[in-house]
Formats: sequence, structure tokens, C-alpha cells
Amino acid sequence: MTNPPSASTRRASEPLVSVRDLEVTFRTQGGDIHAVRGISFDIFPGETVAIVGESGSGKSTTATALIKLLPGSGRISAGQVLVEGRDITGLSDRQMASIRGGVIGYVPQDPMSNLNPVWSVGYQVREAIRANGVASGRKDIEARSIEVLKQAGLGDAERRTKQYPHQFSGGMRQRVLIGIGLGADPKLLIADEPTSALDVTVQKTILDHLASLTREKQAALLLITHDLGLAAERASKLIVMNQGRIVEAGPSLEILQNPQHPYTKRLIAAAPSLASRRIQSSTEVTFADADALGVDIAKLAARHDDDSAIADAEPAITVSDLTKVYSIRRGGFSSEPLTAVDNISFTIPRGTTLALVGESGSGKSTAAKMILGLEPPTSGEITVGGTRLTGVSRSQLFNLRSRMQPVFQDPYASLDPQRSIGAIIAEPLKVHKVGDNASRDARVVELLEQVALPSALAHRYPNELSGGQRQRVAVARALALKPEVVVLDEAVSALDVLVQAQILQLLADLQQELGLTYLFITHDLAVVRIVADSVAVMEAGKIVETGTTDEIFDNAQVAYTQRLLEAIPGAGIPLGA
Amino acid sequence: MSERANDHYVAPVEETAPQAIDSVKLGDRKSNLWLDAWRDLRRRPLFYVAVAIVLWVGAMALFPTLFTDVPPNNDCLLANSNGGPEAGHPLGFTRQGCDVYARVVWGARTSLLVGVLVVVITAAIGIPMGAIAGFYGRWIDSVLSRVGDIFFSIPYFLAAVVVMSVLSQYRNVLVISVAIGGFAWASLARILRAEVLQVKNLEYVMASEAVGRSRFSTLLRHVLPNSLTPVIVYLTIALGAAITAEATLSFLGVGLGSDVMSWGNDIAQAQTSIRTAPMALFWPSLALTITVLAFIILGELVRDALDPKARARR
Repeated sequence: MTNPPSASTRRASEPLVSVRDLEVTFRTQGGDIHAVRGISFDIFPGETVAIVGESGSGKSTTATALIKLLPGSGRISAGQVLVEGRDITGLSDRQMASIRGGVIGYVPQDPMSNLNPVWSVGYQVREAIRANGVASGRKDIEARSIEVLKQAGLGDAERRTKQYPHQFSGGMRQRVLIGIGLGADPKLLIADEPTSALDVTVQKTILDHLASLTREKQAALLLITHDLGLAAERASKLIVMNQGRIVEAGPSLEILQNPQHPYTKRLIAAAPSLASRRIQSSTEVTFADADALGVDIAKLAARHDDDSAIADAEPAITVSDLTKVYSIRRGGFSSEPLTAVDNISFTIPRGTTLALVGESGSGKSTAAKMILGLEPPTSGEITVGGTRLTGVSRSQLFNLRSRMQPVFQDPYASLDPQRSIGAIIAEPLKVHKVGDNASRDARVVELLEQVALPSALAHRYPNELSGGQRQRVAVARALALKPEVVVLDEAVSALDVLVQAQILQLLADLQQELGLTYLFITHDLAVVRIVADSVAVMEAGKIVETGTTDEIFDNAQVAYTQRLLEAIPGAGIPLGA
Repeated sequence: MSERANDHYVAPVEETAPQAIDSVKLGDRKSNLWLDAWRDLRRRPLFYVAVAIVLWVGAMALFPTLFTDVPPNNDCLLANSNGGPEAGHPLGFTRQGCDVYARVVWGARTSLLVGVLVVVITAAIGIPMGAIAGFYGRWIDSVLSRVGDIFFSIPYFLAAVVVMSVLSQYRNVLVISVAIGGFAWASLARILRAEVLQVKNLEYVMASEAVGRSRFSTLLRHVLPNSLTPVIVYLTIALGAAITAEATLSFLGVGLGSDVMSWGNDIAQAQTSIRTAPMALFWPSLALTITVLAFIILGELVRDALDPKARARR
């Protein structure tokens, strides 16, 4: 995917959408919140623009302000939004209806919740077509809806219109939503994180499709994303937002190669997808003046490459022929077997990190659960530090659990909201009857320090913490029993890039300090490049390829791995050329 | 204008300086679900009204002599039958010539006791049934849920009428509470089961098991405390409903024995002279209505306070 050269793109002289000093305010109990504070930008016909920012930066609010569908108490409190020269800020809902869909189409974020499960897909497409007045009469609408779904890339569209959303995969649903968004041939399509809920390979095909469709229809595209690599790869113009303001805007390549604002520099330094690129590129790109607070993720990876003690270290954990078969209930009393994990084997040398990579449904999380003793394996063996974990008595397993601790994905679900941070971190100690109350308190303070949190937190509750801070607490809890192996199940996937980089740094520091062994389970290959010493790629329950991180990234043998690698957004951007 | 699009715009750094990444910002005071709910409740005037009524009725139940020194049962003079208010007897007299005010005060004890007992019985059966069914699943769930369904399919009021008719010689407070509570727990069990099903899949439950905490201990320590919100709301409202149920059963003549002083009995007895002395019917009815209303309002307020989303909507 090459960047559309912005200079040669033919451009009408008038902008399609022109935002001037836009401010959006939300009214809450605690006073007004200014989500967007005076931003201005233009979108020209046929252009692809991306707004990039972390959660809370105001990027999605900006997108919804353009079609005046602000959620809750939000309102445009100042500024103008000119659509084809006409200010829409004062328009009524009825007047807006002619702009929504027809002039500006919208693809919402979550394909899973944005289709109504009780109506057939065809009905929902027809509804949108009718509302936009593109076609009238049953026949025409029917024909148009099939055409829209065909354009959206659904094979066998005639039959598919009669199906319901649950019969569609996430990627297919997103195609339907894109189809609806483009159904009335809008001049601008707003896509708000259109692929963040999807697997990388699906993401790539969806984005490719979106790009070709908008090109075909000569529609402009406004892409809202948290992924700098993805934005730069897909858009000719980037707008970087932070705290409701635009901090930097301009041509994508220019911004990526020559960022000026310290926030942008930080963002680029922390983006894993771009970092993998930087690691591979021979000419080193340096962000010497990157703010001291930021984490340069490429340096983190470079540090990893230094320790070459992988080969001779003894294995901390050995998994051999691990298999899990579930029986899935069919109708009545019959059931059929489903092999979630199929005969997988790997070892992780002490003090190193193995990344278990796969897309959703590949069985990687089931493997993690078996290793953590949360799910009994159907067959196979797990050995930790020379001791077998499978086929042992309950009390033996209880003692072995302290050797292996998990950090889970969702920072908002991994801490019991009703217990104080101190109690959460001390729980493993209590369960294993380690020390008395005083020594446990001391250990909690020590652990909080290790994960760089103030010890005053011990008496507070999780609801006061951000996602990243909660993950730190989860790491502290995992470390309480001084385990040998920490299983990180998508532990950084839900975090914003800057926070993610910080947690990755923390994990790397802890590994060095405590000699920890990590099993890093993730769908995100870009992150793997930074943290892992070796990689095992899973597909449909099987490990299809293993190797050191360099081997996999430089010389992947299996087609599936190659596809995964190609799908990393931003992988094709020449940085520091 | 078209030039603008190719401009590389950089915001003035002084105005948009990036802040420290993910620094810890703690509020001045501790905050968690219960503390926040408590703070929210204290801001709502209706909460004070409801609590005042509940405390008032509670005080009447515990120390009736603080409110009246007229004996409610003795000293009844038929000469005063259906008499109007007079000095020392502000609400007049019943058909039997007893003091209405004294009887309303003394009746609170029975009503409240029935309410509390029913809630205790409902919770004692409903919470274990719902929690165990939801948490352990599989055949345990099937068995417990079917048992619950059987009780659920019998209207608890009808069941209570039958039980009270059969046990007509034991019409005391305990029996009537068992009769109501013994059939009302199934809805509580259902509500809790649904909540437990949701909570047990959260990652902190998995983390607790990965540490080695036993299943049952995890249920008590993590799952149950996080599933209690709907239970508390349900029980508060159920307390009001139980008081009504007792009054209704007594009114129908299958509740407490006529020698037991309760609002329900008084309403039943006053009904015969509703045309000549409506106030003897009015006062115990009012006491009943206000008390039940107070508990229901309290339940609603607690529901709102425990739901952060509902708090944000206001």
C-alpha cells in the first residue's frame, strides 16, 4: 500500500467540509467538560484524512460533531462546521437528515453492536436506503440493497440479505456497515475506528476494500483511529489530536518522518507498528529530543536483542503435546468434539519471553488457561521448573500455582472493584498464608514501588485508577508470590499507545530485575517485535511456526505468518529513508 | 485554501504541552461503589424523608410506650365504640371502643416484624440458591433452577393463603412470615443467579482462582459481594411488599389471629363500620401505606445510588 501522493491528487478548490474553531462541550454533574477545544481543518473532495489520538483526545467527538450526532449531553458550543459552504451547527434534526447519509456517511466503531440482531441484514440495508431516498419502490430498493452488499464485498449477496447479523462474522458485519454508510453515495464517509475490533488480516482486507470503494465513488474519507501506523498508511493527511486540540496536522509522511510537536514525537516513538519498521530499517531514526517522559519503544526492543543468553538457559516452562477438546452441544443429546488446542509444544528458556501469537479463535487463550491451571487439558504435559503440573493432586497444584501467575487483558475487569488495592495485591499472599499482616503490608508497599505506583494507593479502590494503572496493579498482584513465569494474556492490548509503551517498559525492567519468564499471548505482531525473544504462531489450534523473533520477522516460512506480518499497519511506510 | 491542506501545522507547544503519561491523580477522599452510593444518597432529600419514616416506624415497633401510654387492648369501653377524637385519644375509638392511636402505634411492631422476618427468610433461601446455581452451573444449576421454577410458578400470595388456612390454629407472626417468605424467595434466586452468571466470568474471578483460592471461597469473597446490588434493592422493596401481604392476609381472615394487634387486623375489623366510623379504617391504612411507600422509595433510591450510570443521568 503506497501513499496517494497528495500533490497529484486532483482537488477542487473548495473544501467539502470545513471546520472552524469548533468547540464541543459535555454537561455533567461535575461541571462542563470541553471535549473539543477550538479545532479547525478542511476536508477536500476525494481526500483521505485521518484523525489520530488516544482515548479522550476528542477524535470521535469531532467525528460525531460533523454529523451532529453527539452522544448524551454533548453540544457544539462554538465554531462552525461548513458542509459544502453551509454552516450546519444551527440546523435542525430534520434539516440534518438530508446531510446525513446523502452528503456524509458514517461507519460506526463496533460492528458487533451496531447491527440490530432481530432484523435481517437486508432489512437494515433497505431501511437505510429508504431513509436516504436513493431509491423508491420495493423492487428498486431491493435491487439497490443487493448492489450495496455486493459492493461491500459480500459474495452471494441475494441469499445473504435474508440472513441475520449473528450469522455474519465481525469482518462481514463491518462490510455491511460500510455498505450502509456508502449506500447513498455520500461525498464524505466518516469511519470511526472501523477495524479496531477485528483481526489484523481482516482489518487489512476491510481497509483495502474501503480505500478502493471510496476511490471508485470519489468520496472523501475521514478515518478516526488510535493507530498512527494505520493512519499514515491509509491517509494522505494526518491530524494529531490531544486533549481536544490539534497538536499537529499535515501530510502523513511529512509528519511521520519529521514530527515537530513533542506529543507527536512521543506518539511515534511509542507506536509498536512503526517501531518494528524502525528496527528493521538500516538507517536509524532517532528521536533524540523526544520528551524524557516518553518511552522509545525501539530502544526497548534493541535492549532485548542484546541479551543473547537464550540458547543456553534452562527451560522455565515446557509444554508438550498439549491438547484441549471441548464437546460442543448440538441439538438434543448429541454433541461433537471441537479441538481448541491441537497438540502444541514449546519451551521457554528462563528469563526470556515467548510470544504466542494468533488471531481470535486460534486457541491461544485456551492454551493460557490450561497453563495457568484454570482449565484441565485433555492430554499433554506442562512442566514448570522441572515439576510437572499435569496429573498432580490438588494440594500439589495449589503449591505450584505460586510459580505461575497471570495478567489478564481487560484492566476494568481484572480487579475486584470492592476490594482496596492493598487487599487485591495481598490476596495471593493471604491465600498461600505467606507472612503475617504486617509483613504482607510491607510486601504490598514494595510491590507498588516495583510497578511505580505510590504506596498511598494501598488504601484506595480500583475505580480511581486509569486502565494503565490498573494493569500495573494486576502486575503487582501477579508478582506477589515471586513467580517464575508470568502469563500475560493480551495484557497490553486494551491500552493506549503511550501507556502501552510504559507498561512494556515496566515489564522489560521487571524481567531484567527479577529474572522473570514471560509467556506473552497476543494478537498484535507489532508488539511481539518489541517484547519477545521467540515467537510461536498459532492458527486454528495448531502452532504453525516457531522461531526467534528475528527469524520470524525477517524470514517467515509459513504463508499464514507472512500474511500476519504484512497486515501490520504501517509496515510499508518508509521511515527515515 | 488548497495550500492549507499541504501545510504542516504545528500547534504552539506552550499551549499544548504534553502532560506526564498516566500520572496517578487521586481524589481528596476515598471512593468506591459503596462510598459513592452513600454520598449520592446523602444528597437526596427524599432519602431523608424515607429514612425518617422508617426510623419512626421502627421506634414505634421497639418502644411503643414512648408514643402512647394508653393501653391498646385493655381499657376498651364499649361506651366509646366508634367514638370521635377527644382529649387523650386524638384519633378516636374503634368499634370495640379501643384507642385508634394506641392501636396504630402498637400495630407497627407486628407489621415490621413480619416484614423483617420475611426478608430474612427470603434471603436465607434465595441467596444460597441463586448464588450456587449461577456459580456452579451444570447439573447443580439445572436442579436448583427447576426447584426455583416450581416455587416461582405458584403465586406466593395464593400459597400463603393455603398454608395459613391449613395451619389455622398456629396463626402467629413466625408462621405467617414463613408462609410468605417460603414462597417469595424464587424471584430473588433468579435475580441473583443472573447477576452471578455475569460476574463469575470477569477476569478478577479468574485471577483469584489462578492464585489458588478455592471455588467456594472465590464465590464468597469476590462473586457474591459484586452481585449484591440487585439483591439489596429487591429485599428493600420486598420488605414493604411483605407488610402489605400480612395486612392483606389478616384482612382476608387467614392472617394473624384476631387477638394479635396488627394494622391488617385493625383494617379488617374497622371495615364493618366503614360508613359510621371511616376514620378507624383510615388511620391504620394510612400508617400501612406510608410505611410501605417509605421502603419502596428507599429501594428505588438505593438502586439509583448503586448504579453509576443512573447517577450520571441525573
